[in-house]
Amino acid sequence: MYIYDQHDHSILQQRVEQFRQQTERYLAGDLAEEAFLPLRLQNGLYVQRLAPMLRVNVPYGMINSTQLRRVARVARDYDKGYVHISTRQNIQFNWPDLADVPAILAELAEVEMHATQSSGNCIRNTTADQFAGIAEDELLDPRPYCEIIRQWSTLHPEFAFLPRKFKIAVNAAKEDRAASQVHDIGLDLYQNEAGETGFRVRVGGGLGRTPLIGSVVREFLPEQELLSYLDAVLRVYNQKGRRDNKYKARIKILVKAMGPGAFAELVEAEWERIREGYTRLTQDEINRAKSFFTEPAYASYDTAAVENTLTELRTEHSAFDKWLTRNVRQHKKADYASVTLSLKPTGVAPGDVTEKQLEIIADLADEYSFGEARTTHEQNIVLGDVAKDKLFDLWQKAKAAGFATPNIGTLTDIICCPGGDYCSLANAKSIPIAEAIQRRFADMDYLYDLGNLDLNISGCMNACAHHHVGHIGILGVDKKGEEFYQVQLGGNAGNATKLGKVLGPAFDADEIPSVLEKILNIFVDNRHEGEEFLQTYERIGMAPFKERVYAKDH
Amino acid sequence: MPKIIKNGQVTEDSWQLLALGEDAEVAKADVPAGQWIVPLQLWLAQRDQLKSRSDIGVQIGIDDDIELLAEDYDSLPLLAFDFPAFMDGRGFSAAFLIRDRFAFKGELRASGAFIRDQLCYLQRCGFNAFALSEEDLEAAKDSLSDLQEAYQASADKAPLFRRRG
Repeated sequence: MYIYDQHDHSILQQRVEQFRQQTERYLAGDLAEEAFLPLRLQNGLYVQRLAPMLRVNVPYGMINSTQLRRVARVARDYDKGYVHISTRQNIQFNWPDLADVPAILAELAEVEMHATQSSGNCIRNTTADQFAGIAEDELLDPRPYCEIIRQWSTLHPEFAFLPRKFKIAVNAAKEDRAASQVHDIGLDLYQNEAGETGFRVRVGGGLGRTPLIGSVVREFLPEQELLSYLDAVLRVYNQKGRRDNKYKARIKILVKAMGPGAFAELVEAEWERIREGYTRLTQDEINRAKSFFTEPAYASYDTAAVENTLTELRTEHSAFDKWLTRNVRQHKKADYASVTLSLKPTGVAPGDVTEKQLEIIADLADEYSFGEARTTHEQNIVLGDVAKDKLFDLWQKAKAAGFATPNIGTLTDIICCPGGDYCSLANAKSIPIAEAIQRRFADMDYLYDLGNLDLNISGCMNACAHHHVGHIGILGVDKKGEEFYQVQLGGNAGNATKLGKVLGPAFDADEIPSVLEKILNIFVDNRHEGEEFLQTYERIGMAPFKERVYAKDH
Repeated sequence: MPKIIKNGQVTEDSWQLLALGEDAEVAKADVPAGQWIVPLQLWLAQRDQLKSRSDIGVQIGIDDDIELLAEDYDSLPLLAFDFPAFMDGRGFSAAFLIRDRFAFKGELRASGAFIRDQLCYLQRCGFNAFALSEEDLEAAKDSLSDLQEAYQASADKAPLFRRRG
C-alpha cells in the first residue's frame, strides 16, 4: 500500500488545521452558512436527515489493519459504533457532531486517512477494481496510477469549484469491475502493441438523472501524459460545463451536447499546449508509485496437497463448500485466494459494519492477508491475499463474526444506498426494501440456482446504488409524498455496460418481493441450460416479464 | 484609500475602477488621468489611445473571452477578474491560462464575490492581488498560507513529484 512521506503528512496536516479553523469561524458566527457549505462538503461533511454524515475516503478501496482499527475507534468514540461502506468504496460515519469533525479528521490523518473531496463539486475519490493487483485476469496493476491520480486531484487549486462533482475510475483487468464506463472519466490501463503502457480514456459516462455510457475520446494515452491530459479534460469542463442548472452540470451533459468528437478536439488542443510541461510524469515518479505496490511475501505450498485438503473439507462441511463457491475467488497465485467478507447478512443494512467487526476484520487481515483489506463498490470487504491453506481457519472465524453469509454475487448481495432512513436527498427508503427481499429469498439453494444476479436499490434518481446497471434495478420515487418503487431490468456494469429499462408503473414497497418473485419465475421458466438472468433477459426481452408482473389476476 | 491584499501584504489600493453608466458609450467615455481599471469593452473600443498609457488596467468578467486580450498581455500592468459568485470556479482556470498560456506578468487581481477561504487556491492559480470584501484583511490574509505544500503544479511552481526529495 502507499505509505505517506513527510510531504504527504504535511499536506494532510495543513488541511486538517485549515478545516479546524474554518469550523471554529463557522461556530463563532464569523463564517456564513453558504460559504461554509462547500468547505465542509470538501472535507466530507454532509448535513443529513437526522445528523451530519462524514464520508472518509478509502483511496481505490485499499485499507490496512491500522486504519481499520482507527475507524473502529472513531466509530466508538464519536459515533454510534458502526459505519457504512459506500458504493464508492468509502466509509461513512452517520452520526458525528459537527464540532467533533476536526478532531476526527486529525485522528484519521494520523493513520494516513482523509475526507478531502469526498463530497462537493470537485474531483472525488478515484475508484478501482477491488481485486487490483491480485486478479488473475489483470493486465497491469492500476493502483500506482490511482495513487498518482489521488495526489494530483487532492487539493487541486484549479478544480475545487467545478460545475458539479467529478468521478474517475481506473480499470486494468479483462473484465471491468470498476464500472469505468459510467464514470465522468473511465480509464482502461493497458499495454499497446508496441509494449508501451497507457490508457484508453472515456469521458462523459454517469448515472443519476441522465444515465449515459462514456465515450472514448482517446484510444491510447501514454502513461507519462496522464496528468496533463486529465488537466486538459478538467480545464475544458471547468470552463464550458453548465452552471445554470445542477441537473445539467455533469460533464456527461457537456460531452453529449458538444458531441464527443468536438469535446475531444478542445481537450486535445489544450493538451498539446501543456503536454510537454512540468505536469508530464517522470519515470522516477511512476517507479516511485509502483514501489508501494509490489507483491507481498507470498509463501509456496504443496499445491496438490492443499487442494486435496480443501476438497476433503468441502465434502465434510457443506457450508464451507458454499462459502468457497460464492465468497472465495482465485488469486493470480495458484496457492492464494481472495475472500469477500459479506456485509449483507439478512437484517443488517447492506454495507453496515460495527466497530467490533472492524476490529475483527483488522485482526483477520493481519493474520491472513498481510495486514491489508479492500472495500468494494458492492459494499463488502475483501481480504485479498489469503493462502488457500488457511481458508478453513478463516471461514470459521468469519462465520463466528457474521461475515460468512455465502451470498456474494447472488440476489441478496444487494447494492443499496442508505436511502430515506438517512439521506436527505432520498425520495424513498431503500434499506427496508433490501431487508424484505433478503427475507423473502432466504433459501440459499434457490439463490444459487438463480446464479449471478446484481440487484441494486437506489432511494432516488441520484443513483448512488447504480440501479441503472443492476441486472435488476429498483428506484425509489416520490409521488405526492408517498414512496413508490420503479423496477428496471437488463442493466450491466461490466465490459458490456448497459443501462436497464423500466419495467412499467411503479409499485408499493410491500409489493416488491412478490414482483421480484414473478420476475425470477419468468427467468427460471424461460432460461436455457447454463444461462444467467441477463442472458435470458436479452434473449426473450422485456415483454414476458411485463406481461407476468402486470397481469390482471395478480 | 481602500485596502487590498497584494503580494501577500495588506496595502493601500492606488487603482480605481472606472464605472460606466448603463447608457455610456464605451468608445466615447472619458478616462481621466490616474490609475484606472476600465471595463473590457471600453478597453477594446479605445485600445489605440489607451495602450500608450502605463496606468490603465482592464477588468474582465467570467463570460469574457480571455483571448480578446491576446495582444495586450505583454504590456498591461493590471488585469482584474470579476467573480460573479464564489462557487463559480471558471476564474481559477482563466487565471491559470492567463499566466501559463499568455504569460501575463502584471498584477492579476481577483475582485467580486470570492471568499477568504479561496485565497490560497486563487494564489496558486496565478492571482497575486485580492480585492476582498472583508473587514479584517490582516486576519484574512493568513488564509493565503493555509496550504503551503501541494501536490500539483501551481502557476509559478512545479508539481511535488518534481521536487520530492
